Amino acid sequence: MTNYNFSSKFKHANILSITIFLISITLIAFKGLNYGIDFKGGTLIELRSNNSEASIIRDVLKNMDLGDINVKKFGKKGDFLIKIEQKDENNSLIPEIKKNLSDNLNSEVNFRRVENVGPKVSVELLQSGILAISLSLAAMLFYIWVRFEWEFSIGSIIALFHDVIITLGIFSFLSLEINLSIIAAVLTIVGYSMNDTVVIYDRIRENLGKFHRLNISDIANLSINETLSRTIITSITTLLALISIFILGGEILRGFSFAMIMGVLIGTFSSIFVASPILKYFNVSYKTIEKEEEKIVP
Amino acid sequence: MLNFSKINVLIIYLLFLFTAIFSLLNFQDENNRLINKKINLGLDLQGGSYLLLEINSDNLVKEKIQAKVIPIKKLLKDNGINYSNFKINEKNLSLSLDNIDKFDLLFNARRDNLVNPYIDNYRSFELEYNKVKNNQIEIFFSKFGLLTINNSALKQSIEIVRRRIDDVGTKEPTILQRGEKRILVELPGLKDPERIKALLGKTAQLNFRLVSDNNEFGVDKLISENGEKLDVSKRIIMSGENLIDAQPSIQNQSNEPTVSFTLDRLGAQKFGRATTDNVGKRLAIVLDGEIVSAPNINEPITSGNGMISGNFTFQEATDLALLLRSGALPTPLLVVEERTVGPDLGEDSIKSGITSLIVGFILVILFMFYKYKIFGFIANTALIANLLMLIGVLTILEATLTLPGIAGIILTVGMAVDANVLIFERIKEELKTEKSIIHAFDTGYSKAKITVLDANITTLIAAIILFAFGSGPVKGFAITLGIGIITTLFTAYFLARHLTSLIILNTTNKEIKI
Repeated sequence: MTNYNFSSKFKHANILSITIFLISITLIAFKGLNYGIDFKGGTLIELRSNNSEASIIRDVLKNMDLGDINVKKFGKKGDFLIKIEQKDENNSLIPEIKKNLSDNLNSEVNFRRVENVGPKVSVELLQSGILAISLSLAAMLFYIWVRFEWEFSIGSIIALFHDVIITLGIFSFLSLEINLSIIAAVLTIVGYSMNDTVVIYDRIRENLGKFHRLNISDIANLSINETLSRTIITSITTLLALISIFILGGEILRGFSFAMIMGVLIGTFSSIFVASPILKYFNVSYKTIEKEEEKIVP
Repeated sequence: MLNFSKINVLIIYLLFLFTAIFSLLNFQDENNRLINKKINLGLDLQGGSYLLLEINSDNLVKEKIQAKVIPIKKLLKDNGINYSNFKINEKNLSLSLDNIDKFDLLFNARRDNLVNPYIDNYRSFELEYNKVKNNQIEIFFSKFGLLTINNSALKQSIEIVRRRIDDVGTKEPTILQRGEKRILVELPGLKDPERIKALLGKTAQLNFRLVSDNNEFGVDKLISENGEKLDVSKRIIMSGENLIDAQPSIQNQSNEPTVSFTLDRLGAQKFGRATTDNVGKRLAIVLDGEIVSAPNINEPITSGNGMISGNFTFQEATDLALLLRSGALPTPLLVVEERTVGPDLGEDSIKSGITSLIVGFILVILFMFYKYKIFGFIANTALIANLLMLIGVLTILEATLTLPGIAGIILTVGMAVDANVLIFERIKEELKTEKSIIHAFDTGYSKAKITVLDANITTLIAAIILFAFGSGPVKGFAITLGIGIITTLFTAYFLARHLTSLIILNTTNKEIKI
């Protein structure tokens, strides 16, 4: 078993967490999130051509008066991702765009992916995404409240907020796209971070019952050390799988796996440095646990 | 925790074999299947088109409220209520009445109410009215009236969408109702949805109307196929409802593609009478408010067969025939969401998905061997069993595998070892204080049990919520992640525990190292 003195670093870690958390909130509020067409509406076209330049594609589309157009290289040479912000719903727009591109690019064009999300649907998708994340947080809160005491429940939820906000903050900072798969990633991060927190909490609860004399900081420190090697091993295997997706899984999964990698790192950090110290502020002691045991035993 | 009765062992391995064997079904020969079960590939992997269509009820409401004008006026006249300022608006009718109380009684009569029927299943009237000013009211559809309109239009639209898509002949289309106003269409393997979108975008309301300046019924000013400005009577001689068949054909003399149609008996009678009475006049064939062609009536057509020409290409004639055969949509359909993946991108996604799965899997296996040696072997055996069972369960459920779904499998691989790691680390701790190895393993397993459960249930909660709220590919991720957690718990707590017990109980070594 390792014997690092985590509790002595709680204070610094908390200041770091709060700072990054506040920066993230500021970024999300002022710089905003880069929503993809799933949440903003519009058209996305992934095309493959023999030799084409982004500038040529841009010129072709500019003449069509489509609003904001974004063309960028995507994966292999000759592959491009085109994003068109189009406000009105019009069934004949996509065929027109495709025809225009086929006619004006001097090479064969293969439309590998075409997605179009109307304004109404995109609003609904965003709402259901936000609802899903809120619901998952509420469900976790409830589960931990049932399994532990409310102090633990609040602690774990604060840690989850910390993870979700900072992950989104990183996405805002790097202007990475938020789409449906990022929502999936965020929800999985919530699950993973909770998983990590629960393992440490379980041990804290067990140790609180065992060592009545130790204060909560020492108990937390002991519990973190006892579970540390598990925390690290699981993070490593999960990261190995995620890095494999990030590098080999193709362009479509890149955003998703990046979010997950960030989330696993932040989630592991928060289980140790956010969820555990919070118990101290609630004056958790062995008495908290005894209260609970009385409740459970009939 | 290390004692297994023979019957338990039997159940564990039978359950494992039963599920795992299903994973092999995916490698069957396509043409020679023993059991017809396999994992379906999502549209993002096999290529195809996903379309979400929405009926435009604004048009429909306008039409339906217009249809109420005559019955309402009749009701007022018959009962001696005077009205003025009758106006037809987009969604309502506004009028002034001299006796609102009497109108109210008639308007909300439950029996024999021809104007405002009572909808039994909603316990509500179709129409409602509001007082705007003193004696001015507005009549509009109630919430449930609108619901009924939408519902019947949607049901009818789904039927016609199905006919049109079946007629085009794509393989295994999925056509489902989504909510009150939407239709979901999935077309696997379809590379270019534009033709289908064009076919679904037309209501295909066909009318035959005379070209005349007789304005007894009013006229529409329309432009013919050759650019002529024509006055077309609003009176409809016959509509597309009377068509029983339509086929593309080539006209003998001019070699021009045309659409020949056959009418039902009623249609043939109407058409015969109209063409007999109006020889020498021109007949406009109007599709969705545009003239397709306006030929001269040279002689009466009583056979019930006819032909539409109109400078078509053969493809256009084929599509028009298809539209006429399938019937008219009650309202135009708007594509509100579209996702099309080409087959080559799908193949690329499968390739990169499988590659990253294999690489991730190998990395995790190597790491576990390195970290836990002989117990790494157990964890890895459990991991392989887990993967087989996961694929087996997906096969049994005939689940749809998407690219995020593959990511979910890889993630399961990464997180599945957690259960065994938790247990092994716990045993390690127990070994420090406990002299008896068997005892240490036993307590290790029982103490870790709660933690393993707690930890996995949290991820399961996330997966369930994702399943409930996610759409398409994301749902695929939730499925693999969720099932992965269950197979993980099974393999860690039954398979791996049994393997561990075999090693522990049969070892003579006093020193066991994890």
